[in-house]
Amino acid sequence: MSMQALFGQLLVGLINGSFYAMLSLGLAIIFGLLGITNIAQGAFYMLGGFTTWLLFHWAGIGYFWALLLVPVIVGLVGAAIEKTLLRQVYNLDHMYGLLLTFGIMMFIQGMFVYFFATAGRPYAVPSALGGAYNLGFMYLPKYRGWVVLASVVFCFATWFAIEKTSLGRTLRAATENPTLTRAFGVNVPGLMTIGFGIGVALAGAAGVLAAPIYPVSPLMGADLIIVVFAVVVVGGMGSILGSIVTSMMLGLLEGLTKVVYPQGSNMVIFVIMFIVLLIRPAGLFGRER
Amino acid sequence: MSQETLQSVAPITSPSVKSVGPDLTLVWYGLGIAALLAAPFFFYPIFLVKVLCFALFACAFNLLLGSCGLLSFGHAAFFGAAGYVAGHAAKEWGLPFEAALVCGTATAAAIGLLFGYVSVRRQGLQFAMITLALAQLVYFLALQLPFTHAEDGLSAIPRGKVLGMFDLNNIFVLYYATAAVFLIGFIAMHRMTNSTFGQLLRAIRDNEPRAISLGYEVHRYKLMAFVLSATMAGLAGSTKAIAFKIVALTDVHWSTSGSVILMTLLGGLGTLFGPVVGAAVVVSMEDYLADSGLPINAVIGAIFILCILLFRRGIVGEIQQRFGKR
Repeated sequence: MSMQALFGQLLVGLINGSFYAMLSLGLAIIFGLLGITNIAQGAFYMLGGFTTWLLFHWAGIGYFWALLLVPVIVGLVGAAIEKTLLRQVYNLDHMYGLLLTFGIMMFIQGMFVYFFATAGRPYAVPSALGGAYNLGFMYLPKYRGWVVLASVVFCFATWFAIEKTSLGRTLRAATENPTLTRAFGVNVPGLMTIGFGIGVALAGAAGVLAAPIYPVSPLMGADLIIVVFAVVVVGGMGSILGSIVTSMMLGLLEGLTKVVYPQGSNMVIFVIMFIVLLIRPAGLFGRER
Repeated sequence: MSQETLQSVAPITSPSVKSVGPDLTLVWYGLGIAALLAAPFFFYPIFLVKVLCFALFACAFNLLLGSCGLLSFGHAAFFGAAGYVAGHAAKEWGLPFEAALVCGTATAAAIGLLFGYVSVRRQGLQFAMITLALAQLVYFLALQLPFTHAEDGLSAIPRGKVLGMFDLNNIFVLYYATAAVFLIGFIAMHRMTNSTFGQLLRAIRDNEPRAISLGYEVHRYKLMAFVLSATMAGLAGSTKAIAFKIVALTDVHWSTSGSVILMTLLGGLGTLFGPVVGAAVVVSMEDYLADSGLPINAVIGAIFILCILLFRRGIVGEIQQRFGKR
């Protein structure tokens, strides 16, 4: 096995880890605020990738504008869905929220398969990020380095917004105790819409970053969300930093498995989940409730 | 998150039916068996076989959700894995129909024990996420193990003979054999939910801390229910594999898990006949949509959404609400 191949796969692992991190972070925000496990997160990721592709092919809008616009568009779509559909199930058992988002996922993916078929569509790497750096021990394609960097920035910005800004403080208050927050005159239903919008916008942003790497296809998020679920279970619910660290770790481990035992690479995260559940049922960073 | 109860899910048999006495249940059974016997003269038997296999599958899923309040998102793993093993047993080992079913069902039970052991300790949404992820593991195994033949799946599985006498290639024999399997599974599950074990499960579902304080080892009972449910899903999967002579990756895919959830939801969560009705509706709908050129998954998604927003009790649940409970 060459060093080149090893580092190449570890880089792919790091990139996948970045996507897991952005998706699980969005999941955590939505779960904390709405008490809903958004299984449609993968569909919003796909929506992000597809909107990027459509913006370019229908309106000639390039990658960097898409990186700004697409999260906003996906966030708005999410907010509209929250206001019309999810709102109806808050006072029911949590199970119905999961089933509702499952229906939403089937609908969005089904419609895209119907109109665009399942074949992947390539999206060119933006010219400013083409080429590669020679690091001595490996070639680092500029775009791949950019993806890792950008997702770290996105995750950090979200963490900062939640922990350090006044909107974030209100969001956390609404997560902690919605009734009391409401009594202080805060518009909690409005916050829930914003929270869901931010959560899916993160998935949309991950979709933009993914477009030049993975072919854009209606099913690009379908299997991803299941891996992200496993990542969340391994990390344990509740800790933002914990879920980011777990995502990166599992991404790297997946990359490593691709070098050592390629057949096992798509299973390794699920096997790790199984082992973690045996040893630490609450997850690595979770607390037993 | 509070997980004590599924308020909106009715107990698996409504108390009103029980209080009238056992004879009414017998009447329902009589009607049901008569319908099972007569059905192939009115509908295409192969279609009915498909309905019965999925009805048994949905009942197994409903067993876990209705009696334990555990929503499994990975039941396709048991259905599909059992199908693969039963198909392999019949085709490569040349085992007869009954033995192949036993092999498939036992496989599902074993996987159920393994998965249940790690998942029943988690509740609610986490349980759903874990079962979904574990089922994906089975999917990837089916993609890569040599005996499952990856994308090709198993095909041309011989149906064999029931009891070594009746040739299952006769579609009426096939139908009645499937009906018998369905009936055995259905009665077993119904008996179980009405037993003390079933009552205990409902007690755990409704108030787990209290069940713990009474000295019950709740995880063990949940695990038993999980394994039973997986076993019945496996029986359904094995029967389907032999009856249709084919097992494919779709049988272990998460969309099949979603499909069985839809059947149960549409028919009525936690009702006795709901899953059967739901299976009939969804199977006929899928058959119809397959030729219509409509985007089948989008339609299923839309039905999911409408069902949750407008009639959560499902078809049987709504009927019970209107007429049953006075």
